[in-house]
Amino acid sequence: MAIKTQSSAIEGLDNLELGGVPQEPRARRIARTAWAAAWPKLLAVAIVIVLWQLVVATGWKSYVLKGPTVVFPTLWGLMHHRLLWQAVGITLRRAAIGYALALVIGSVVGAVVARVPPLRAGVGSIITGLQVMPSIVWFPFAIILFGLTTPAILFVMVLGAAPSIANGLITGVDYTPPLLLKAGKTMGLRGFNLYRYLILPASLPAYVAGMKQGWAFAFRGLMAGELLVLIIGQPSIGVLENNYQDLDFFAGATSILIIILIIGIAVDTLFTSADRAVRRRRGLLEPGAA
Amino acid sequence: MSMSSGRLTPPESPPGASAFPNLTIVADRAAAGAPAAVRLTEVCKVYGQGRAALLALDKVSLSVAPGEFVCLIGASGCGKSTLLSLVAGLDSPTSGQIETAGLKVSLMFQEPALFPWLTAARNVELALRARGVPKAQRRAQTQELLETVHLGGFGDKRPHELSGGMRQRVAMARALAQDADVLLMDEPFGALDAMTRDLLHEELERICAERTLTVLFVTHNVREAARLGDRVVVLSSRPGRVIEEYDVPRGGDRAEDSRDVAELASTMTARLRQEMRRHGD
Ligand SMILES: Nc1ncnc2c1ncn2[C@@H]1O[C@H](COP(=O)(O)OP(=O)(O)OP(=O)(O)O)[C@@H](O)[C@H]1O
Ligand SMILES: [Mg+2]
Repeated sequence: MAIKTQSSAIEGLDNLELGGVPQEPRARRIARTAWAAAWPKLLAVAIVIVLWQLVVATGWKSYVLKGPTVVFPTLWGLMHHRLLWQAVGITLRRAAIGYALALVIGSVVGAVVARVPPLRAGVGSIITGLQVMPSIVWFPFAIILFGLTTPAILFVMVLGAAPSIANGLITGVDYTPPLLLKAGKTMGLRGFNLYRYLILPASLPAYVAGMKQGWAFAFRGLMAGELLVLIIGQPSIGVLENNYQDLDFFAGATSILIIILIIGIAVDTLFTSADRAVRRRRGLLEPGAA
Repeated sequence: MSMSSGRLTPPESPPGASAFPNLTIVADRAAAGAPAAVRLTEVCKVYGQGRAALLALDKVSLSVAPGEFVCLIGASGCGKSTLLSLVAGLDSPTSGQIETAGLKVSLMFQEPALFPWLTAARNVELALRARGVPKAQRRAQTQELLETVHLGGFGDKRPHELSGGMRQRVAMARALAQDADVLLMDEPFGALDAMTRDLLHEELERICAERTLTVLFVTHNVREAARLGDRVVVLSSRPGRVIEEYDVPRGGDRAEDSRDVAELASTMTARLRQEMRRHGD
């Protein structure tokens, strides 16, 4: 039921984006687009809150499990402290730096491996192997190598995210349609130009998908890192979560979980819209496809 | 480009062919040794290996003179696209030789093969960029090419926003943008209505006259072949072999509904039918 209404809302959104309603004023169209995108999410949030409250009402593990009526006021209270914003700032900065590093390293490795056939077989499978390694297993190494420092966290983020990004690029290059390659060759595209004007643009959808997956791995690595690598004087989201649990301040700990969720969803929304924009430009997005 | 190779009627020619006095049937042109823009000598192409091997072309010899417009017709699957991709150098023959006299060859594929992330205009422009046309001239040339294929107003559309026939026309503009000496076209007008096709026939003739293009043109439409070609080459059903060549007399009325074209078309249709029947047995 919820799924059905959601898909029809997205269909409405696509029709808007495809210019199905051209006469509408710009401001109203944006408002409608935003509403159409937002309401399924709001509905989902409402459903989660209701279920959460129902579980709390049963009194199950009431010592740890705090209900929305307690948690939301706590969250509101925390939002008035500088500490929370400082922590969010530090976490987001690490996320940005770690992801940027992973993006650069993953892209370079992906481009080289895709181009050099001998590397393709060997390194390709190592990359896939790295991808399935849980980030937590790297921490002992990271801590020995870098100590309890931010670089230790970034190291784990890069190991988690770079393989996905590299793999996305390699897949994109591998799946460049042979017909387009032939067309490029008869046109006289060679060497660097063949990459610049044909292979890279052709691999963009898979590359963006890899970037999106890479973000998920990077963020998981970051959260694990912040829970394990506690750095004095650097209050991050993970540190707050850890502290509140140690202090048995479970309403606070739950509030932090909500913040982590919000950050995750917000960034994912960015990647999803980039992905959709790429596919729409190529006509790979059917009107009505979710 | 009609050559004075005399008039001969091959033994297997359909009854009544000789009733058209202006029809010349030429055999063994490849052996004539004239200067050629494209020359195929005993070209064979085998796809696959071992028991799955498939002979697509069987000792095809063909020579196309500079500036000549040659149409290729033959049943589906007889190796026409294979032949073009060999001439374009995208694949190499299993045996035999292909010479293109160092000329620049461009191929317009059976599918449009446009780059889906670029607009129609950008697709055409990329071909100009690839051959080093300076940026300042690219815009105007792109527009001119799009107008040639009657798509002046569609430059900013992406391939998926165009109809099948429109995509084919963008592909033609892109092929022309490569400014090659030899233009290979694989059923370029298959998806077009008769009116648009007529317009493009005229444009193509104009361009060929302007640039002295050598064209190898694949079509299933015998009238189109008779309308455009200086010569029409008929391939056998698979494996492809040259079974007949028809010279089309220059001058005179070459509209698609003219008497000459209709006569030649019916002769070729009869020959194709005969070939298909032979293959069916
Ligand atoms: N890459 C390939 N691998 C294997 N077999 C192929 C390949 N390309 C073509 N063939 C085979 O070669 C034969 C000739 O194909 P080709 O595409 O040249 O036919 P065609 O004359 O262009 O047909 P149509 O008029 O239908 O386009 C067909 O039997 C086809 O199955
Ligand atoms: Mg073909």
